[in-house]
Amino acid sequence: MATSSPQTGGTGAWDRLSGLLGRGPGGYAFLSLYLLITSLTLLLNPRTSLLTDVIFILFLLLLLIVYRTRVHIGFKVALGVIALGVVLPYFGTLNPYYIDVATQAGIYVALALGLNVVVGFAGLLDLGYVAFYAVGAYIWSIFSTPQIGAMISGAVPVPNVWFYGFILVGLMIGGAFGVLLGLPVLRLRGDYLAIVTLGFGEVIRVLAENLDKPINITNGAQGIKDIARPPIFFSGALRAIGLRQLDDNQLYQFFFYFMVLVIVLITVMIVGRLKNSRIGRAWTAIREDETAAIAQGIPLVRMKLMAFGVGASFAGTMGVVFAAKQLFINPPTFDLLTSISILSMVILGGLGNIPGVILGAVLVTLLNLQILPRIAEILRSAKSAGVPIPQSFDPTQYQRLLFGLLLILMMIFRPEGILPEDRRRQELHEDEDEPSEESAGATA
Amino acid sequence: MALLEATNITKIFGGLTAVNDVTLTIEQGSIVSVIGPNGAGKTTFFNILTGIYKPDKGDVIFDGKPIGGLRPDQIAALGMRRTFQNIRLFHNMTVLENVLVGMHTHLHAPIWNIIMRSPSLRREEGRARDRSRELLRFVSLDNKRDELAKNLPYGDQRRLEIARALAGDPKLILLDEPTAGMNPNETMDATNLIRRLRDQLGVTVVLIEHDMRLVMTISERISVLDYGTKIAEGDGQVIRSNPRVIEAYLGKGAAGMAGHPPA
Ligand SMILES: Nc1ncnc2c1ncn2[C@@H]1O[C@H](COP(=O)(O)OP(=O)(O)OP(=O)(O)O)[C@@H](O)[C@H]1O
Ligand SMILES: [Mg+2]
Repeated sequence: MATSSPQTGGTGAWDRLSGLLGRGPGGYAFLSLYLLITSLTLLLNPRTSLLTDVIFILFLLLLLIVYRTRVHIGFKVALGVIALGVVLPYFGTLNPYYIDVATQAGIYVALALGLNVVVGFAGLLDLGYVAFYAVGAYIWSIFSTPQIGAMISGAVPVPNVWFYGFILVGLMIGGAFGVLLGLPVLRLRGDYLAIVTLGFGEVIRVLAENLDKPINITNGAQGIKDIARPPIFFSGALRAIGLRQLDDNQLYQFFFYFMVLVIVLITVMIVGRLKNSRIGRAWTAIREDETAAIAQGIPLVRMKLMAFGVGASFAGTMGVVFAAKQLFINPPTFDLLTSISILSMVILGGLGNIPGVILGAVLVTLLNLQILPRIAEILRSAKSAGVPIPQSFDPTQYQRLLFGLLLILMMIFRPEGILPEDRRRQELHEDEDEPSEESAGATA
Repeated sequence: MALLEATNITKIFGGLTAVNDVTLTIEQGSIVSVIGPNGAGKTTFFNILTGIYKPDKGDVIFDGKPIGGLRPDQIAALGMRRTFQNIRLFHNMTVLENVLVGMHTHLHAPIWNIIMRSPSLRREEGRARDRSRELLRFVSLDNKRDELAKNLPYGDQRRLEIARALAGDPKLILLDEPTAGMNPNETMDATNLIRRLRDQLGVTVVLIEHDMRLVMTISERISVLDYGTKIAEGDGQVIRSNPRVIEAYLGKGAAGMAGHPPA
């Protein structure tokens, strides 16, 4: 009965579009043209403006269309490489703001994919995910700055080349903290789990804020500054192929952009493979029905801890990268709102579905960094130009409100997310007219 | 040889003795039925065997090993699998994935091999898929392997649950009302399937059933529970003519009608 139910509008349109594009050379021509046009308009219009924002989003939208279209996989990869590996970085030399936005989006993609392992795959609601991100960030911040001397007298910062090793350290410590959080919450479900993880996230933030005495570990509310950036071995080569002389900051912008891109690609690969393995299937089984999962011989404790650990390790890794990119971190960076923001990416995009989660992360990042501030800006300039907007109304104040409204609308009209997991697509629209399992069992 | 020996099992919920001092021995290679009126404690007894409940008294020995202190997943890994009275499939997974989950204890690829997609992992996954499809053919569901479990008709769901249980290569399979809610045709198919479990796969079968015709045709031994107590045991003939069984099913005073099978 569920298979015959009409598909939701958006998905139907997608299917029709991709069906249209999949036939013959039409798809190839369309996608190439699309890439060409958006790239050119982007490169010809590098000023930071609403128009550029829109073109930038259309440009990124290409990746989604490519993903949903039935064209040769080699062609897909080629388009992706051209868009993300050539056009976007080159555009970045014209306007560094956008490459920074892209890097931020990439960081959130990796975080959302990690959280998706816990929430989407294993069905364990985690509201403290940012804690692992914080742990990774603080590890590198402490060890790469004189802060280490404040903590252990006489200790000196590690050479900045150790950054590459600390990416793995972040991964392992993040994973260890994930397991640590997992241990006390194993018996909890749903709301209780959410509350305890929320508490855990806050505890880590408060610790970061207060561990400047008796031993100064985190430097408290002042945060840690002058965090070391890794040496770039290939800076000479980059400068050689660069169309203009790049200064250090620009070089690092590229460096972090590509580093995040690589980590995101590796993350996508890892979570994709895990999902279709005995481990991923066990997680989904636990999410679907714990009792039935145990009856198949799945050890609940081990698999749940593994989900917490794997999910947290991505955040630990990204924390290290984030600290080096940002040069300065302080406790408010890792507040509850960030956890909730990452969770909203996962849910908005499509709980459990990897492409959906990527889309959600990019979308929410763009919303927060570009679209909403831009709307506020436009409203403000409209106000000063004499459009009758009440004096007390400050548009910047209403950004979060707009975001909240968007979330509410999404949850009402498309609760399964923009790109839901195929398995999940029907479920949420159906539970009204389908008898529950319990009542079906009771009549048997 | 006894595959399973449960001795003096007692389980009390609050003030209610759901299972009362039940002793049951299951011979290797047999088909055994556990019957009894609603609320007699049959499902509770299964839950004790599979480790979901800890008994208040009594021991269970499975395949020569005491399993009293083991977790349900450990017991499942030893080769005791079950189906549930109110079907518990992984609804949003495909038919094939459900069976693959059932194979969990037979898949050992370490996480590193999964991330690297090592040849040994691909071989293991390939074997698992082949085996799962074999089992789906065994229960005639292979043509539906890519459907979501929740979209299957009722009878198919029951058979999928059996295929999932078989995926663990069990020595013993416990079926909790495998034909509940089925029409006579489906019940007949299910009866044949249960027989084939034993005859073709060599799995020992214990089933809880309310359909007396099925119970009588298929089982070599029958145990009857009533208010948690085992009130009779034997083959179909013995059970059919046991006055206590008739009384349990039809109420006091019905014992005089001995000879008529309780329906
Ligand atoms: N977890 C529990 N907590 C409290 N009481 C329980 C629990 N599980 C079962 N019972 C009670 O134990 C008794 C036996 O239940 P059980 O489900 O084992 O019966 P059954 O023989 O399987 O019945 P049916 O044929 O209806 O499935 C019932 O009175 C039931 O209400
Ligand atoms: Mg029962």
